[in-house]
Amino acid sequence: MKTNSYLLSILVDDEPGVLSRIAGLFSGRGFNIDSLSVASTAEPDVSRITMVTKCEPQIIDQIKKQLHKLINVITVNDLTDKKYVQRQLALIKVNAQPEKKADILRIVDIFRCKIVDVGLSHYTIEVSGDNEKHDAIISLLKPMGIIEIASTGSIALARENGKK
Amino acid sequence: MKLNGAQILIKMIKAEGIDTIFGYPGGAVIDIYDALAKQEGLRHILVRHEQGAVHAADGYARANKSVGVALVTSGPGATNAVTGIASAHSDSIPIVVFTGQVPTGLIGNDAFQEVDIVGITRPCTKHNYLVKSVDKLASTIKEAFYLARSGRPGPVLVDLPKNILQAQIDFKEPGEISLKSYKPNYKPNKKQLNKVVNMIRQAKRPVIFAGGGVILSQASREITRLAKMADIPVTASLMGLGAFPGSDPLWLGMLGMHGTYRANMSIGHCDLMIAAGVRFDDRVTGNIEKFAPNAKIVQIDIDPTSIHKNIEVQCPIVGDCKTALKGILELMEDLKIDDLKKGRPQWLNQIQEWKSTTPLKYDQGSDVIKPQFVVEKLYELTKGDAIITTEVGQNQMWAAQYYHFNKPNHFISSAGLGTMGFGLPAAIGAKAACPDKMVIDIAGDGSIQMNIQELMTAIESKIDIKIVILNNQNLGMVRQWQELFYEKVYSFTNMENSPDFVKLAEAYGAKGLRCTRPDEVESVLSQGLNYKGTVVMDFVVDREESVYPMVPAGGSITEMLLV
Repeated sequence: MKTNSYLLSILVDDEPGVLSRIAGLFSGRGFNIDSLSVASTAEPDVSRITMVTKCEPQIIDQIKKQLHKLINVITVNDLTDKKYVQRQLALIKVNAQPEKKADILRIVDIFRCKIVDVGLSHYTIEVSGDNEKHDAIISLLKPMGIIEIASTGSIALARENGKK
Repeated sequence: MKLNGAQILIKMIKAEGIDTIFGYPGGAVIDIYDALAKQEGLRHILVRHEQGAVHAADGYARANKSVGVALVTSGPGATNAVTGIASAHSDSIPIVVFTGQVPTGLIGNDAFQEVDIVGITRPCTKHNYLVKSVDKLASTIKEAFYLARSGRPGPVLVDLPKNILQAQIDFKEPGEISLKSYKPNYKPNKKQLNKVVNMIRQAKRPVIFAGGGVILSQASREITRLAKMADIPVTASLMGLGAFPGSDPLWLGMLGMHGTYRANMSIGHCDLMIAAGVRFDDRVTGNIEKFAPNAKIVQIDIDPTSIHKNIEVQCPIVGDCKTALKGILELMEDLKIDDLKKGRPQWLNQIQEWKSTTPLKYDQGSDVIKPQFVVEKLYELTKGDAIITTEVGQNQMWAAQYYHFNKPNHFISSAGLGTMGFGLPAAIGAKAACPDKMVIDIAGDGSIQMNIQELMTAIESKIDIKIVILNNQNLGMVRQWQELFYEKVYSFTNMENSPDFVKLAEAYGAKGLRCTRPDEVESVLSQGLNYKGTVVMDFVVDREESVYPMVPAGGSITEMLLV
């Protein structure tokens, strides 16, 4: 069965154990979490969880309903088919041999990234953007020798007129 | 008014209108027990194992249509309660379990009798709480009861650290509960109700399928009226027994793995199924592809996650069963009766034929007692008016097949989780809730030993229950599977080595009776039922009797093994 990727934006009570309830729901029912990002919102006592999950189309309905059933979940917004802005942040530490330095800087420039740390033989690059941008820059930097990557999960907000 | 946490707890339980709780003391809850000793109006029944406390609270809730309460200590007290909590969760039974916890300062330090019971029970409670401040205690307890009984009911656990129970504050009544994240939807969509009425008008072979949700929302009268108005036959899941009178001509019997032939055949041939308060468990559906293949399905449930979970339905209705059924009935009042009963004589004739060619049957000879015979006699002698609890396995299925439940809240069984050892403590809880009712635990010789210690609870608390053991010296249901599907390799299902249940009953201070001959069944039952006090009746029954019909796991429910 074909699986799709879904982007869920979930508002929850900012209480201990809430993340564990959500993670437990996914593991207990055999759902997958691809990426996850949690932080506070402008409203006190409310956190936003942005989650990417891959599943078959008929499962996502059940996931959303099950999430909503958790007492600490306030709203579940499926952004997948809506207009939204999405970002994720990555730090990429890449080999910077003298003969490659110019190439790396050019890529950084084209993608409007920043170099946030420089060593004798490496650069650490900060990338912010959507999934595609991340995939693109990683594929270009790979030949230079990526040493390690730290990446956040996606965060997303619906656009003002959220319908597609 | 200055109160400590323990006193607040008792005050809040009483405020919920609860008169009896079930519990077991320990270090972390000693302050609650101190407060219990110094109050009046709340009865505490001392169990002999914490699992028993939770099952008793469960039985109390089901018999009383209210919330049951169990109180246990931290650590092992709490973990012993988990099976009871998971059982109540599976069957959506409203209970609140209070667990003691080590003082907040010690939490996480691996203190004596510390477990993370909130973590452990997260997947098997509707919700749970760790109370970290005495200021929040009263409102948390009120919220716990509200959550347990509202929407789709279920167990709620409240973990109470010892220092919170000892802390003194000026008690203030908590305000009304308003949760921004929890608003169950009771009112169904009117458009969908109209759709159901139209579907009923078009149907020639409709069936009503009632589940535990009908009992929980107290919608028996509505489901019965709907059936009668449009001549629709009714089947029920194990949880739904009693939702519709078992002696009514429209009653099909239970459906599913051990359903009646006519109930399962009706599912296979119906063109409309009105499913109320059910979740289409695999024991009901068998092979999903072959479940009600010709039917349009209406599903009424208060929990949106129940809908489209296992079965695709054509007309989902999210809302309270009672409210939805009332709405459907109102719309039907305006219609002509003939319009509602089109094609019904042929359909009911067909069902009658299934019933007469293939009824539930067993062969009671003169030598060995058949377990079905005992249940049938029990039904006759109690005129179907007793509250029946069961253990799990063959005893449970025979009780479901041969005791014809005419009223809701009279059949109390661990249906979803299938917890052996449920019936005895649940009977204690049911009898505590309904002291004027006869309460009978139909048990097997295996299951009864799982919580046999609760006999002492019954004796000590003068809660008179009747235990009918269908003693086949086997773990019969598993044995039956071994016989049918595992080449008769009877691996560890032989239970010849059981205690003498008569002597055991006497050792606890109960009356013990044994019956080995078919012609004595009635007199032994009469003797036991008429005895004032708790009785254990040990019926030595056929060792090899199996439960039929049987749908092999994963098979189509119309393809039953019949003998």
